Amino acid sequence: MYTEKVMDHFMNPRNVGEIENAAGVGQVGNAKCGDIMKIYLDVEDEIIKDVKFKTFGCGSAIASSSVATEMIKGKTVHEALAITNKAVVEALGGLPPVKIHCSVLAEEAIKTAILDYGKKNNITFKELEGFNPTEDHHDHEEE
Amino acid sequence: MNKRVYLDYAATTPVKEEVFEEMKPYFTEKFGNPSSIYSYGREAKQPIDVARTRIANAVGAKPEEIYFTAGGSESDNWAIKGIAFANKNKGNHIITTKIEHHAVLHTCEYLEKYGFEVTYLEVDEFGRIHLEDLEKAITDKTILISIMFANNEIGTIQPIKEIGQIARENKIYFHTDAVQALGNVKIDVDDLNIDSMSISSHKIYGPKGIGAMYLRKGVKIHSFVHGGAQERKRRAGTENVPGIVGFGKAAQLITENMDEHINHMMCLKDKLINGIIERIDFVKLNGHSEYRLPGNVNFIFEFIEGESLLLSLDLVGIAGSSGSACTSGSLDPSHVLMALGLPHEIAHGSLRLTIGSFTTEEDIDYVLEELPKIVQRLRDMSPLYEEVKGGQK
Ligand SMILES: Cc1ncc(COP(=O)(O)O)c(C=O)c1O
Ligand SMILES: [Zn+2]
Repeated sequence: MYTEKVMDHFMNPRNVGEIENAAGVGQVGNAKCGDIMKIYLDVEDEIIKDVKFKTFGCGSAIASSSVATEMIKGKTVHEALAITNKAVVEALGGLPPVKIHCSVLAEEAIKTAILDYGKKNNITFKELEGFNPTEDHHDHEEE
Repeated sequence: MNKRVYLDYAATTPVKEEVFEEMKPYFTEKFGNPSSIYSYGREAKQPIDVARTRIANAVGAKPEEIYFTAGGSESDNWAIKGIAFANKNKGNHIITTKIEHHAVLHTCEYLEKYGFEVTYLEVDEFGRIHLEDLEKAITDKTILISIMFANNEIGTIQPIKEIGQIARENKIYFHTDAVQALGNVKIDVDDLNIDSMSISSHKIYGPKGIGAMYLRKGVKIHSFVHGGAQERKRRAGTENVPGIVGFGKAAQLITENMDEHINHMMCLKDKLINGIIERIDFVKLNGHSEYRLPGNVNFIFEFIEGESLLLSLDLVGIAGSSGSACTSGSLDPSHVLMALGLPHEIAHGSLRLTIGSFTTEEDIDYVLEELPKIVQRLRDMSPLYEEVKGGQK
């Protein structure tokens, strides 16, 4: 049911952990739905120097977080903001339809963390205009 | 392949060697149609009678009260729809529970669209119904009570005899889904006041796709499959002879060795339950401590989600199941765990391991060695566990 890439990221997740005094922290999802993602960013001169994550969720939620952290590490915050859930799915070699919400969660976790970084540093990102991750956003639309 | 440990006997069981041996001739040389009068036909008919008797003996019924079906789901569908429609003149009310198998729940929901009213009884935190609730739910329109013998997820056994008693006193038919109970609990349909019962072969080391519906003589029911005269004209179609033979043999074996079988499972179950409680914190055993299937273990592991637990177990060769939303493809965790009153976030982290005939002590030792590592690995990734460790909870 999962691709080799998903299983690889699930079994050997990259960048698991926390960052103390992180420049930005984003948490999305809720335990009620079965997935929570928390992303920590270390940002210097708008470059993501380091990123860590913690996830409560299914295999694809863990794999999505892992691959997403890999995709943004070393990138500028603007590059990170350009990452969509589709890109996350592609990087994983695909996800089953009912698991697409997990990749959406990864995209939103990154955005939420950058939003937090922006708030702390009085920066507004025009990419985040209108961005509003709702608590219960991840209905399993595909069913 | 590395070590593999199968702990999902509630999902299905392997066919026992003796069962398979007995089935074999009915695929090839004894292939006749049981309805034919020549020798080929008689050769195929006689073993059906034998199987029917064996199954009847296993549950204290008469052979003519056993009807072969394609499994537990069909038996549930037939018993509930068949009795409901045949007794519509007496009333339109059915009582069941919130924790039934979907074969019962979805059948009841279907009947609701055709003028029937259904009461879904609540269960307590251990998964048992309360008899007072049942009595209160009965109206003068109630024609059928369908309550499962034992639950497939949490293993809780219902007070079947008392339910049957209440049904009888109120002249209401009582059907029970005994798919999980057969072979794991002693069943006597007369002693337990059961009017109709669903059973399935693949849960008792018989082949898949064959089951039976017990129907007490005199209970009014509609035919399920219209056509030929098979199954007393109530379920037409050329019989699945090898399947029936296998089911019959499996039923015979399970009844002969029931005490030994139950003992074997109970010992391993207790070892597994105690081992998990000793080795892992923030766990909760679901179900009932006493009224429980001998092979059922169902735990909540807080702060982690069931599917990631199952995937990790699979990678070390352990097969189990979970009531988490992510394994069912729906947003909600299992309706059974929700009915126990567990919060959503907790219900996502359930793991069911079910023990059977071929489970060994070494299997349990292996699980007790691997499971704590897996739970810890997933918790170390979980933001919920972080909060607990940080003392923020
Ligand atoms: C309680 C219960 N009822 C019904 C069924 C369905 O049985 P079958 O798979 O034979 O249709 C099952 C099996 O999953 C079950 O556990
Ligand atoms: Zn998920």
